[in-house]
Amino acid sequence: MAKIQVQTTINGEQLDFLCDGQQSLLSALRDELGLTGTKEGCSTGDCGACSITLDGQLVPACLVLAAEAEGREIGTVEGVAQGSGLHPIQRKFLEHAALQCGVCTPGLIVATRALLLKNPNPTEAEARYYLAGNLCRCTGYDKIIKAVLDAAASMRGESA
Amino acid sequence: MSNPKSDGGERKYKVVGTRPIRHDGLDKVTGRANYGADLALPGMLHGAILRSPHAHARIKKIDVSKALAMPGVKAIVTGADFPEIGSGGMAAGESHIDPKDLQANIMARGKALYHGHAIAAVAATSVEQAREACKMIAVDYEVLKPVLSLEQALAKDAPILHEGRKAVGVPPLPEGDTNIMMRLANAKGDVDAAFKTADVVVEGWYEASMAHQGYIEPHATVVTTRENGQAEIWCSTQGPFAVKSMVAVTLQLDPNLIRVTPSEIGGGFGGKTTIYLEPVALLLSQKARRPVKMVMSREEVFRATGPTSGTRIWAKLGVKKDGSFVAADTRMEFEAGAFAGSPMGAATMTVFASYNFPNFRLEGLDIVVNKPKVAAYRAPGAPNAAYAIETVIDEAAEKLGMDPIELRLKNAVKEGDVASYGPKFDRIGFVECLQAAKNHPHYKAPLGKNQGRGVGAGFWFNVGLQSSATVSINDDGSAVVRTGNPDIGGSRASMAITVAEEIGIPVERVRPLVGDTDTVGYCDLTGGSRVTYATGMAVIEASKIVIEHLRARAATIWGCEVDAVEWRDGQAIGTNGASDNKPLTVADIAKQMGHTGGPIIASASVNPPAAGPGFGVHICDVEVDPETGRTTVARYTVVQDAGKAVHPSYVEGQLQGGAAQGIGWALWEEYLFDKDGKMENPGFLDYRMPVASDLPMIDTVVVEVPNPLHPYGVRGVGETPIVPPLATVGNAVSRAIGVRMHQLPMTPPRVLDAIETKKG
Amino acid sequence: MESVRYEAPNDVEAAVRLLAADAGAKVLSGGTDLIVQMRIMNRVPTVFVDVKRIPRLSALALDAKGLRAGAAVPAARIYENEAIRQLWPGLAEATDLIGSSQIQGRATWAGNLCNASPAADSVPALIACGATAVVAGPKGERRVPVEQINTGPGKTSLAPGEFIVEFEIPAPAPHASDAYQRLIPRSEMDIAVVGVGVALTLDAGGVVTAARVVLGAVAPTAILVPEAAAALVGTKCEEAALERAGQAATAAAKPIDDRRGTVAYRKKISAVLTKRVAKQAYERAKAR
Repeated sequence: MAKIQVQTTINGEQLDFLCDGQQSLLSALRDELGLTGTKEGCSTGDCGACSITLDGQLVPACLVLAAEAEGREIGTVEGVAQGSGLHPIQRKFLEHAALQCGVCTPGLIVATRALLLKNPNPTEAEARYYLAGNLCRCTGYDKIIKAVLDAAASMRGESA
Repeated sequence: MSNPKSDGGERKYKVVGTRPIRHDGLDKVTGRANYGADLALPGMLHGAILRSPHAHARIKKIDVSKALAMPGVKAIVTGADFPEIGSGGMAAGESHIDPKDLQANIMARGKALYHGHAIAAVAATSVEQAREACKMIAVDYEVLKPVLSLEQALAKDAPILHEGRKAVGVPPLPEGDTNIMMRLANAKGDVDAAFKTADVVVEGWYEASMAHQGYIEPHATVVTTRENGQAEIWCSTQGPFAVKSMVAVTLQLDPNLIRVTPSEIGGGFGGKTTIYLEPVALLLSQKARRPVKMVMSREEVFRATGPTSGTRIWAKLGVKKDGSFVAADTRMEFEAGAFAGSPMGAATMTVFASYNFPNFRLEGLDIVVNKPKVAAYRAPGAPNAAYAIETVIDEAAEKLGMDPIELRLKNAVKEGDVASYGPKFDRIGFVECLQAAKNHPHYKAPLGKNQGRGVGAGFWFNVGLQSSATVSINDDGSAVVRTGNPDIGGSRASMAITVAEEIGIPVERVRPLVGDTDTVGYCDLTGGSRVTYATGMAVIEASKIVIEHLRARAATIWGCEVDAVEWRDGQAIGTNGASDNKPLTVADIAKQMGHTGGPIIASASVNPPAAGPGFGVHICDVEVDPETGRTTVARYTVVQDAGKAVHPSYVEGQLQGGAAQGIGWALWEEYLFDKDGKMENPGFLDYRMPVASDLPMIDTVVVEVPNPLHPYGVRGVGETPIVPPLATVGNAVSRAIGVRMHQLPMTPPRVLDAIETKKG
Repeated sequence: MESVRYEAPNDVEAAVRLLAADAGAKVLSGGTDLIVQMRIMNRVPTVFVDVKRIPRLSALALDAKGLRAGAAVPAARIYENEAIRQLWPGLAEATDLIGSSQIQGRATWAGNLCNASPAADSVPALIACGATAVVAGPKGERRVPVEQINTGPGKTSLAPGEFIVEFEIPAPAPHASDAYQRLIPRSEMDIAVVGVGVALTLDAGGVVTAARVVLGAVAPTAILVPEAAAALVGTKCEEAALERAGQAATAAAKPIDDRRGTVAYRKKISAVLTKRVAKQAYERAKAR
């Protein structure tokens, strides 16, 4: 079988790439398009490090075939910052020291953005359950959850 | 350098103790930071490893001819491609490594010793092709009976992993072939007589499962080799210099040929202090004459890297009615995995370190089994040891009707006490931690139905070791600090804070860099909770030399003696005849560097023989569902002595992260093997690490009892927080259900069994 | 390695043709099992037949008769639907329990069912609610009760070339509701050790007139336990009735020992959860 040509939109930019039928979108993003901000932690959908959005829906890029991206809109961590500034979620992760090694951080930021679009005012429990698929081994989640809740407040205009 | 005496906590800090945004943070929240698997080089090949499908087997023959003939396959290596090397120790951070074992763990020679042991490796034009080729390698195995538990390893007719290898250590040692690789023993006083004087004696066996460090980033490397023998290694590691020396020894190469560049590291917890892929990729690259990238799958990470030892520890404690300890005794059996070298030694040193035991006796055994070779994991050995001793202490408190913190306070080590493992304690903060825990609102809060509260303490030595740092001043007055310690949890920020504190420039104007082995001075690895302590001291020293330069330059500008220039608040201030001069900032001086002697740069190195130990006390409330045995962590508080918190947020983060790992080990995480020794749960689905919804907020109390060995009083903080949780959570569950738990993880079936056994 | 063929047909007939033509062809919906199995167990299909571009498979329609849900609708779209949560709270919760938020952006009922794991969370809930699967194949379409789809671990009653197009779930009667709970060691992300789905219909006086009790993870497939249902019918789910239903569940459970649980533990938990879930379903039904 020849390679499959895929035309897709990534972070608002239209892009073409070639892939194998069995290739994951994660592999296409990282290996074909050089978008290595999306990380691979398990390749079985159990860690959340490769969280992206596909037509706005939060998905694990490791369990999406690259060929499925045809005509879809993909959002990755590289597209989260707005203009020249950081997204409030990114700012709050930094302010709250919500990362140690940082390898789970891109996935968490993409997942948090998806959470806050659905639920702008989550409770602590709602945030914890929504983000249960994003493993972090360094922080014990405390500062991550604080950053998420503070980012939500900030995005609602309730704090700086 | 000699160890400077502490300022005794009286110094007023401007930057130390503040919480600036970490310097590498921006790249890590935007996806720009490059981790191990993020590098791609032109012409790069991809490597894959064929792993043993047997836990114990003799490798009779390996035929790679079919695989080598496949399209896209460029090179194959097996154990035969590695040079013969002799045994002998080499230091690797906190542990000793036998190079022969290190090499045989990287690529099996003669025998496969665990399911997943590397047998051969392929480099091909794609990962898929390399994996396909692995399947075409024909290996003829003679399958042997595996040793899958401590019990099996110690049985009389046990299969032997390493024929002809003798046990070492303290006699009596087993005669002939054995799976016991080392026996340690120590004693003080007359233990048997002392137990007879005790009012309460408690004892029990405590078992913990093998557990994995669980870093989210799998091991990854890219290696380029040159015709002159040089090799460039990019990899995710806690110690680039350690990688350099370990690769050199396993391949018998001149270390001078090897340059190691550490990528950003996606977690390590000790598990990235050793090597697995690097020598393999190097050999493949030499054969193929192209760069080779190797990235482990999660399954490979579980099957063939890490974990820490599963243990069986018996502990016995004798206590007087008033709570004073009279004697303790322990036997500790550690699974080393397939090769010698469990953290049993550290366990024997830490087990009695927190308390004054007038009489004690201990025995520790390092035992090989057909499971992955253990690697360092955060305070290696200490959590297992603390699980046993802190549990019998809790049981003794229950029997005495005494508050468990009071009982610990009564026996806690203080400054001047001689530690069970030898040295005399300098200033330490154990008592302060116990008191802070006792006074914490958590400790006084009422408990709900089916809830129990556990307390546990922990000790870790921390290490000093070798570090170097270079500080340079740019022509705009900003600074760069370079060290060789990969930043695993915010150390760049603490290095920058240190420079900012010393020289007196804003922390944002200091750029902290982590160099490769050719661009920075030698640094021992990021481990042993040593970076902020030891590398931080090198940064302080280098900064002080820079200040001397800055003063000299100011003197040149002013035409006065250096002695007339004082350095205060980031400025050169004239005194004694030079006081008419307007103070000069770093920027003022930097601007004129070219006219006053050239660039300003200074390096310093340290090699502190000791570090100042860390103590922690944890409090945990659990709720146990009496019908299902399912445990929920309701509240958790960590109290720990940090000496002086340089960046308090990242100190708190270490405390929270260590507690979370310990909670996971206590309640959910375990290595499960089938009867043939195949790991049954090599993925995050069934190797159950805590997820966000499993944990409450983890409250922290950072106690600051200054470490006299460090100018700011800093103590390492990274490892201590994983020491108390096993016992703390265990004690909480035991108190919630009214029956003592003896095995980790405390899964719902085990807890329900205990509840029903109690009911009868 | 050769590239595997990928097809994304736009209608059911084209999908049937692709599946019927090649025994190695696999339906790709959410891919959360299929792609994992390809990676971990090296089960590589010869053709991926991505059914998500077939409009009927991505449709969600709710009317007085009930719900018609396309087989490729991801879990998140189902449980985020407020009307579905109101009408079938147990089914919505079970759907919300399939994997992580990320997985729920992909995973489907059809995939959960056709992967045929005995521990699938949505399956006991679907069976409890009386769901029917509409199956398309070379011989046309047929309607199959969900409990007849799985025949054993990894096995289904679907013939070659057949695949699920949509699910029909009848609207609950006035005083009817459902519940689903599972036992896992952690709070999320685990596979059920035991799962229990219960749907109850009450009369105006609060007496159970119809019941369906379904156990997951304790037999080769999810199982209906009519003896447990019978213990609840004619009662107001008092302690004694719940106790009898629990005992019936334990008796019906035929679990295995595996890395997630033991036989004895699973049998015990079958009773505990049956009682809890029946009680929850009862409270919900009474409130409707």
